[in-house]
Amino acid sequence: MTLEWLLKIFVDNWPMYLRGAGITLYIALTGTLTGSFIGLLIGVIRTIPKPEKGIKKIILKLVNMFLTAYIEFFRGTPMIVQAMVIYYGSALAFDINVDRLVAALFIVSINTGAYMSEIVRGGIISIDKGQFEAAQAIGMNHLQTMKNIILPQVIRNILPATGNEFIINIKDTSVLNVIAVSELFFQTKSIAGNNFRYFESFFVACVIYLIMTLTVTWILRSIERKLDGPDSFTLGGNQMQI
Amino acid sequence: MEKIIEVQHLSKSFGTNEVLKDIDFAVNKGEVVCIIGSSGSGKSTLLRCINLLEKPSGGQIIYKGENILDDKHDIFEYRTKLGMVFQQFNLFNNLNVLGNCVIGQTKILKRSKEEAEKVAIKYLKVVGMDQYVTAKPKQLSGGQKQRVAIARALSMEPDVMLFDEPTSALDPEMVGEVLKVMKTLVESGLTMLVVTHEMGFAKEVADRVVFMDKGVIEEEGPPEQIFNNPKTERTREFLKRTLEKE
Repeated sequence: MTLEWLLKIFVDNWPMYLRGAGITLYIALTGTLTGSFIGLLIGVIRTIPKPEKGIKKIILKLVNMFLTAYIEFFRGTPMIVQAMVIYYGSALAFDINVDRLVAALFIVSINTGAYMSEIVRGGIISIDKGQFEAAQAIGMNHLQTMKNIILPQVIRNILPATGNEFIINIKDTSVLNVIAVSELFFQTKSIAGNNFRYFESFFVACVIYLIMTLTVTWILRSIERKLDGPDSFTLGGNQMQI
Repeated sequence: MEKIIEVQHLSKSFGTNEVLKDIDFAVNKGEVVCIIGSSGSGKSTLLRCINLLEKPSGGQIIYKGENILDDKHDIFEYRTKLGMVFQQFNLFNNLNVLGNCVIGQTKILKRSKEEAEKVAIKYLKVVGMDQYVTAKPKQLSGGQKQRVAIARALSMEPDVMLFDEPTSALDPEMVGEVLKVMKTLVESGLTMLVVTHEMGFAKEVADRVVFMDKGVIEEEGPPEQIFNNPKTERTREFLKRTLEKE
């Protein structure tokens, strides 16, 4: 009976599954957070008002060119290929053996960063011009405006898209098995290789992936609701949210 | 009289469209100046040029004897001396009422949080919004938002308050509450520069009324002169058109 096999496989191998799921979550979470940070940073740089002349203008232009190249390269090539190129390439070029997990974190982070910087750009564009003007009018410069006024609103607005990235990352870390990172897919492969029950072994993995993605979805939704707060204000009501 | 801001030969073009042409104009300390004129006459652009939200194409803006259009002048510091109130309120959506009034003080003026909150509450009381400190902008009506926006600008304790059509985006029943707040500010002796369509307000509180038309100052003088005895044909026409509507 298949159901019995499913249970037996899970009971026999749960430490491996759990470790795999742990690594998957770790890579996905770190990748998403670092990627979001990269995205926010690039978003701020790419919205710097253009200086009219001088060396600043040239530097900004060069930086922007570099950022565009970065985004286009990492959006335009598959992560599985990037993993191979970066992992084996670094060994070939610098004669160093990078730790597989470090390589994995690096690849997922910069990949997410490329996507996130476009998401952040969209988020910044969508903020009303009046918010920028009001910030400037009280004397804020670009960095202060971004940090205090714009980015907090952008982060709220791009939360759904960031959640998307997180979920994609949970699933896509599975491609890192090509450089033998011991994430959930890799672990499942070795479990199945031992018992030759491919369907059952991977079905268990399937359920674990689903549990992870659904949990993340649910957590992000509650964060959004918490950030939004109520739509109306009651005078004298207990709304401590300073 | 001490001039706070003086504009000399100011011009502004958007592409080939010349919005302001050779404007000479000054605001004296303690004075309330209302700028009136039809849409597209350049009055809002003039106000936005004064605090450099628009970069003037030519001319000078003199503040405390210095031309702030000089490359080396610190425009960020200059802007803290001007309080700006927008037509669309532009409250910071990520902050509550108190946060809106505090952030500029702590981040720009480097006041302590306690001091900033004290100042903020003081001005929120002036505009009658001190009960709403924890409310978010989306929870407020238009009139309430505008009153908070006024308190936000006042909290920076600027030398001049600039109002860019502060009541134009409000429902008619909310115009009154904002104008009432503005009148208390006038009584407190604040220097104010108000772009407005509210002729009654201009007539009642202005020390001087400036009528703008097609990018030039067509006529300026005390309200009695502008409203009762306008000197130019265009001013007469404009007033006839607007006062008929009221």
